[in-house]
Amino acid sequence: MSEMTYRDALNLALKEEMRHDPSVVVLGEDVALYEGSFKVTRGLLAEFGEERVKDTPISENTIIGVSVGAAMGGLRPVAELMTINFALLAMDQIINHMAKIRSMFGGQTHLPMTIRMPGGGGSQLAAQHSQSLETYFMHCPGMHVLYPATPADAKGLLKSAIRNNNPVVFLEHELLYNSKGEVPDDPEFLVTIGQAEVKRQGDQVTIVAYARMTILALQAAQELEKEGISCEVVDLRSLAPLDETTILASVRKTGRAVVVEECWRTCGLGAEIASRIFENCFDVLQSPVKRVSGLDVPMPYSRKIEKICIPQAEDIKQAVRDVLSGTY
Amino acid sequence: MQTRLRMVLPDRELLKLYEQMFLSREFEESCAEQYTKGHITGFLHLYSGQEAVAVGATAGLHKDDYILSAYREHAQAIVRGAEPRRVMAELFGKATGICKGKGGSMHLFDPSLNFMGGYAIVGGQFPIAVGLAFSAKYRGEDRISACFFGDGAVNQGTFHESLNWAQLWRLPVLFICENNFYGIGTEVHRSSALASIHKRTCGYDIPSEKVDGMDVIAVYKAVKYAAEKVRESGRPYFIEATTYRFRGHSMADPAKYRSAAEHEVWKARDPLPNYAKQLLEEGIATRAQLDAVEARCRQTVEEAVTFAEESPWPEDGVVWEDIYV
Repeated sequence: MSEMTYRDALNLALKEEMRHDPSVVVLGEDVALYEGSFKVTRGLLAEFGEERVKDTPISENTIIGVSVGAAMGGLRPVAELMTINFALLAMDQIINHMAKIRSMFGGQTHLPMTIRMPGGGGSQLAAQHSQSLETYFMHCPGMHVLYPATPADAKGLLKSAIRNNNPVVFLEHELLYNSKGEVPDDPEFLVTIGQAEVKRQGDQVTIVAYARMTILALQAAQELEKEGISCEVVDLRSLAPLDETTILASVRKTGRAVVVEECWRTCGLGAEIASRIFENCFDVLQSPVKRVSGLDVPMPYSRKIEKICIPQAEDIKQAVRDVLSGTY
Repeated sequence: MQTRLRMVLPDRELLKLYEQMFLSREFEESCAEQYTKGHITGFLHLYSGQEAVAVGATAGLHKDDYILSAYREHAQAIVRGAEPRRVMAELFGKATGICKGKGGSMHLFDPSLNFMGGYAIVGGQFPIAVGLAFSAKYRGEDRISACFFGDGAVNQGTFHESLNWAQLWRLPVLFICENNFYGIGTEVHRSSALASIHKRTCGYDIPSEKVDGMDVIAVYKAVKYAAEKVRESGRPYFIEATTYRFRGHSMADPAKYRSAAEHEVWKARDPLPNYAKQLLEEGIATRAQLDAVEARCRQTVEEAVTFAEESPWPEDGVVWEDIYV
């Protein structure tokens, strides 16, 4: 084990996989010479050269389309979109092409490609640079969607994504890049796609969260313990495929659930998860499932009002108290 | 002045071009009939009139070269070697179809032939063709990526992004614009500020030329030359082939936006009878030989229809298959 940041864990995953497999190439805006807008690709150009680490024009749709073609031709591209917000420019290639090609061509090809994209709010970047669009990708079959919360999961999931033979949308939270944690040194350390993890055991309320929301949920759970409340925290890690088994098993144990999502509430992943809990655990639920969500507004710039648009640990604590007391 | 055919290709190859054009036409006209009967459903975009482009271009490429196209791609797939009966079965939505009935008319695909797909989002194939060229270059393979598209696609962002990218990364991509002068019902002068499409590549310093897309030999020569240029230089090249579709955009389109006079002008330039006349005049084939070729094509298409009719429907369970590896 070594202690490292989420950023360095991702960087190490990229380096290990590039050493492991010469068909892995990295491409994106400013990923080579500039070493990435968030410096996740630091040192790649120096170690692997410009044949494998490629700066691209600012052409997001074509970054993904070129990756699709390269994957079809036998490479294992890892594309970086500078932020999730710019993925909207590439939605044609992501949704109409990448996610469809294997199926509509009758399974005659597959696309072993990964798209990395930093996302999330909280840096005062205003409406066009603070979005949490994870449900846009979850909604569409034909690709996996991953979103790690810890450095260890960041490394293990990115390595699994690169080795996976399906298209993977790999989300990274911008506010987690500097967070630190213990990461296994084993270059064969992988985190299985499609497996959530119970990051804290508890027996009164299940908190389902992902990415930065998991960190806030763990903080909330720790603080609630002082109030005598025991929370179990389920970290999704994989948004698609969704590990329904782990979520439902936890709710069957606790009988109560709070789902925390950074994205907008309307049609958010919280609605999907709450719905699955209602459909499968109605008999054991002791109170309705409660959602803690990003507000349904374009993100404002000013830090005073930005904060109220993003779920905070205090909001999670209140939601837990609410489901315990039956306050709705 | 027309080129003397024997200076271009041996007799057998010249006759093969005719056979491929005739097979394509027969196939498309049979599709129209099957659509009218309700056997083919969904969108159906037919290629009749444009055969010289697919046939001439494919003959100018190597078998290892990738081919990508849009949604009017039956001929490109068949000329590349896809079995007509499996293409017809795909159009019928049958389990024996080339994509198991999941793609339909617009999404033919056969990687064993390096036919890398028909794409139904206008301009969607550009970056994929560039990506395939990148993988070929990266892996040191001696192949180029040939990307077919229509005049309607040149105003998509992916067109410009991909031309820029192919030149910037020095990638072996041959762009082949099939300019049939209409994007559905919008004539090219009503959609493109510069309607002379091959001139648009100057912004990316990509060499380009315009060729008569109703002349199979002219297309063959242009593509052969261009493909070798791409192979030698490792850089992109651009061909605009002017052509005409004798039918509407799709079977749902009666093409009322085109005048009868215009249609007649182009009909007189139909590549099939004109090329047949050339073959006869230069003594490359006899009428009896052409009749035999035509009969063989008709039989192939008839057998394709029978095969499609008799093939089973897909099982319901397959909807869950072939999405993930």
